Amino acid sequence: MIKGGVHQPIAHDSAVKHVTGRAEYCDDIPEPAGTLHAYLGVSEVAHGRITGMDLSAVLAAPGVVGVLTAKDIPGENQISAVGAGDEPIFAEEVVEFHGQPLFAVVAETRDAARRAAAQAKIEINTLDPVVTVGDAVERGMPHVTAPLTLVRGDAAAGLARSANRIRGRMEIGGQEHLYLEGHIAFAIPGEDEDVVVHCSTQHPSEAQHMVAHVLGVPSHSVVVNVRRMGGGFGGKESQMNLFACVAAVAAKRWNRPVKIRPDRDQDMASTGKRHDFLCSYEVGFDDDGRIEAVDAELAARCGVAADLSGPVTDRALFHADNAYFFPDVRLSSRPMKTHTVSNTAFRGFGGPQGVVMGERIIEEIAYALGRDPLEIRKANFYSAGRDVTPYHQTVEDNILERIVGELEERSDYQARRSAVLEENATGGLIRRGIALTPVKFGISFTATWYNQAGALVHVYNDGSIMLNHGGTEMGQGLNIKVAQVVADAFQVDLDLVKVTKTTTEKVPNSSATAASSGSDLNGMAARDACEQIKARLVEFACDSKGIKPEEVEFRPGHVRVGDADIGWADFVKSAYLARVQLSAAGFYKTPKIHWDRETGQGRPFYYFAYGAACSEVSVDTLTGEYQVERVDILHDVGRSLNPAIDVGQVEGGFIQGMGWLTTEELWWDAQGRLRTHAPSTYKIPLASDRPRAFNVTLAEWSVNPERTIKRSKAVGEPPFMLAISVLEALSMAVASVADYRECPRLDAPATPERVLMAVERMRGVV
Amino acid sequence: MSQIHVITTINGDETEFLCEAQETLLDVLRDHLDLTGSKEGCGTGDCGACSVIVDGRLVCACLMLAGEAEGRSVETIEGMADGDDLHPLQQKFLEMAALQCGVCTPGILVATKNLLERNPNPTEEEVRYWLAGNLCRCTGYDKIIRAVMDTAADMRGAA
Ligand code: FES
Ligand code: FES
Repeated sequence: MIKGGVHQPIAHDSAVKHVTGRAEYCDDIPEPAGTLHAYLGVSEVAHGRITGMDLSAVLAAPGVVGVLTAKDIPGENQISAVGAGDEPIFAEEVVEFHGQPLFAVVAETRDAARRAAAQAKIEINTLDPVVTVGDAVERGMPHVTAPLTLVRGDAAAGLARSANRIRGRMEIGGQEHLYLEGHIAFAIPGEDEDVVVHCSTQHPSEAQHMVAHVLGVPSHSVVVNVRRMGGGFGGKESQMNLFACVAAVAAKRWNRPVKIRPDRDQDMASTGKRHDFLCSYEVGFDDDGRIEAVDAELAARCGVAADLSGPVTDRALFHADNAYFFPDVRLSSRPMKTHTVSNTAFRGFGGPQGVVMGERIIEEIAYALGRDPLEIRKANFYSAGRDVTPYHQTVEDNILERIVGELEERSDYQARRSAVLEENATGGLIRRGIALTPVKFGISFTATWYNQAGALVHVYNDGSIMLNHGGTEMGQGLNIKVAQVVADAFQVDLDLVKVTKTTTEKVPNSSATAASSGSDLNGMAARDACEQIKARLVEFACDSKGIKPEEVEFRPGHVRVGDADIGWADFVKSAYLARVQLSAAGFYKTPKIHWDRETGQGRPFYYFAYGAACSEVSVDTLTGEYQVERVDILHDVGRSLNPAIDVGQVEGGFIQGMGWLTTEELWWDAQGRLRTHAPSTYKIPLASDRPRAFNVTLAEWSVNPERTIKRSKAVGEPPFMLAISVLEALSMAVASVADYRECPRLDAPATPERVLMAVERMRGVV
Repeated sequence: MSQIHVITTINGDETEFLCEAQETLLDVLRDHLDLTGSKEGCGTGDCGACSVIVDGRLVCACLMLAGEAEGRSVETIEGMADGDDLHPLQQKFLEMAALQCGVCTPGILVATKNLLERNPNPTEEEVRYWLAGNLCRCTGYDKIIRAVMDTAADMRGAA
C-alpha cells in the first residue's frame, strides 16, 4: 500500500509549518524594499449624501504618499461579484452603509496610513437609514436582486384541508465570519500593464477579473496568487475583491508594491456577513403530525447591494424543507435592501437559515400535539412515494432513517429524554433540554456553470509530481485531499506529490472554493489530469515492450510492465527519454445537474449529504445562562477521502454553527452602526464553551451512490446545521417552565438574554 | 521621533533592535525581526493569536510595547522546537489534527506550553478555561483540548 493514499487519515500538508509558525500567510510574505501600505477611509454614517470631502489633512499627514478616490480608478469603479453595478469601490455621491469606503490613503507604513485616514473631513447630509429586515419590508425597500418562489402542488388548498394550522414568525440572526486571518491583499506591479496580487481569497479568478476590470486592462495582465488562507468560511469569496482592487490600483499608480490590511474593526464593519432572516410561515398538519402543506416567506437583510444575495436567498428556500416532505408547498424569498454592509456567503450559504425555519415548523407541530419533536421528524422524513422536494428534485439517496436510528441508539436518546423530563418535572431552577435533529444538505453550486474545475499535473523526470488545482486552501484540508487523489492515481507515496499555491497563471477561470465543492470538483479535475498522463505512459509501455494495455499496471511504488516490475522513477525517466509528454491539464464538470430558476424546477444538486446530532443542555432559569453538556454526532461523508480531516470539519462546523445560534449576536444601533465589531463585543465559541462531552462519528458504511471522487461526499457545510440540535435543546429547557404546553419560539441567536426573556414569557403562560 | 534601543533575549538569543515608542512587541517581532509565527488576529488582546511568553508569563504581544521588552526574556513559537525536533505539544497537535488553517496554532501552542510548565497535570476543565483567551474559528477546540491532555500525560510519563 502506498503512504498517504485516499481514505487514509493523513495530517494536513502544512501541519509541520503550522505548528512551528513557519506557514506563510499573505501578511508573512517578505515585503520588498519600497513597499507602501494602504488603508481605507470609511463613512461614519449609514446613509447620506456626500457634500464635501476634504482630504488635505490626510495628504499632509506624516509618511503619506497619496490618496485614491473614485476618480482615481482607471477602469470602472465597480466590484459587484454578479455584475449588478451596485458596488462601487469608493462611494461617489451617496453613502449607503456605515463603514462604506470613501477613499484609500497610501503611506510609507501601515501605522502612518491608518492614522492619516482618520484626518479626513467628510461632510455628509445624513438621510434616514433602513437598518432591519422588518423595517425594509415595512418601508417598501426594493429587492437587491430578483426573488424566487418555489411551488409544488397548491399550498392554499393544502392548508385549507388540514386538520391543524399554525402560523408563526421567526427571526434568525446573521453571523460574522471572524476568520482569524483578516482580509489582506498585497500587490506588486510588473512591466507594462501587469500586476501580481497575493491575497487571501477563496476566489482567485474572480479577484483577477475584478482587478483587471478596475484597472481597465485584460485579465491576462493580472495574476492572483493564494498559498493559504487563515480561514475563509465564505467571507473571502467576494469580499476580498475590494482589497485586491485597492492594492492593485495603488501599486500601478505609484509603481511600488502596496499592501492593504484593515484592522479587525474595519474588517468587521466594512465587509459582509451571513444574512439575517425574518421568516413567516404557516403549516397545516394532521393529528399524527404529518405535514399537509407549508406556505412561507423568507425575507433577508441583504444590505446595500446584490453581491451573492440572490443565490444565498435561493438556497434558503432549497433547504427550508430540510429532510421533510411537504405535500403542498409554496416558499418565497425576499432579498431586501437595507442600509447596512452588503451581506455575503457564509458556510451553508443561506441553507442554514432555511433549515432553522424548517425545524421550527417541526417544533411547532410537536408542541401543539404534545409529542416528542423527534417523532414528528420521523413522520415527515422523505420516503418512497413522498420524495419530491419543493424544487421538484427527487430525493434518491436518502439514508436519514438509518443515520437517525443509529444516533438515537448511540446517544441513548430515549432514556436520556425521559431522564430530562423527569428532572425538569421536579421544578428546579436549572432546566435541561435534549434534542436530536437531522440535516440533509444539497451539494453543488446552484449557479450551474460554477460546477467546473481545472487542475494541472506535472510529472518531472525524477518521478516527483507537482499538482496545482483551482481550489484554495483555507484550512479545510483541500490540498491534502487532492494530493491523496493524485498519489492514489499514480500509486506513489504522498511525499512525491507537492501541491503548490493556487494561482490564476496555472488554472484559469476557476470557481470559488465554496459550496463545499472543493474536493468534489478539484479532486475529479486532478484525477482527469492523472488519467491523461497515465494513458500516455501505458501507450509508451505497450509500444516499447510490444504488450497490451491490460499488461501494464500501476502498483504501489512501481509499474508492472508485462513481466517486469519497474520502479516509478525509472519508469518515468524512460518515458521522458522516449519523449512522452508528462504534463496534463485536467477538467471536470458535474454531471446530471440542471436548474431552471424561472420555473423553479430542476435538479440543482448532484447528491445530498446527511447527518444528525443529539445535544443536551442545561439552562439556569434565573439568568438565562446555559451549558452544552453533551453532543453526539453521526455524520455522512460518503467514503471519506481523509477521515482525520473530515472529522475536523464536522467538529469545527458544528461549533461554528453553535456559535451562530447561541452567543454570536450582531447588533446595529438605530443609526445603522454595527456596535459589535471586534471579538471584544462579538462572542464566538471559546474552548471553554466546547460541549462537556463531544462524540463525533462518521457514518462509515456510507458510500456516495453518485460517481464522485472515490465515492466521497462534500463536508464543509453540512455539519454546520447539526448545531440546530443545541437551539432546540435550549428551546425544550425553556418550554419546561410552562410544562411544554407551548412552543417557546426561541429565535436565534439564543443568547442568554434571549433565553431568559423566553423563560419569562413562558412563565407568563403558566 | 527618536527610536528606542532595546536589548532583550528572544528564544534564548540576545537580541537588539530599534523601534518607535508606539510599536508593539508584535510589530517588532513580525516586521523587524522576521519572526512571523506570532499572528495578529485582532490587535486588541482578544484573540490570543499573538501569544508569547515574557519572563515566564503568558502575554499578548499586541498589548505589550516593544520598549517594555528591555532586559526581559521573550519566548515565541519559533523557539518552541529544538531544530527539527518538535516539542511534544507540536508533535501531538500534528498527529491529532488539532489544527486547520493554522493561524491560531502558534498562539495556542505557546499558551499551552506555558500552562504545562505551571501545571503538568491539568484537568480538562482547566485546559478549556486556560485556552479561553485563544480563539480558534476552525477546529471547534475538541482536538486541541484532547491533544493537550494527551501531551500532558505523555510528558508526565516521560518525566
Ligand atoms: S492579536 Fe493579540 S490578542 Fe489578538
Ligand atoms: S485553525 Fe484556524 S483559527 Fe484555529
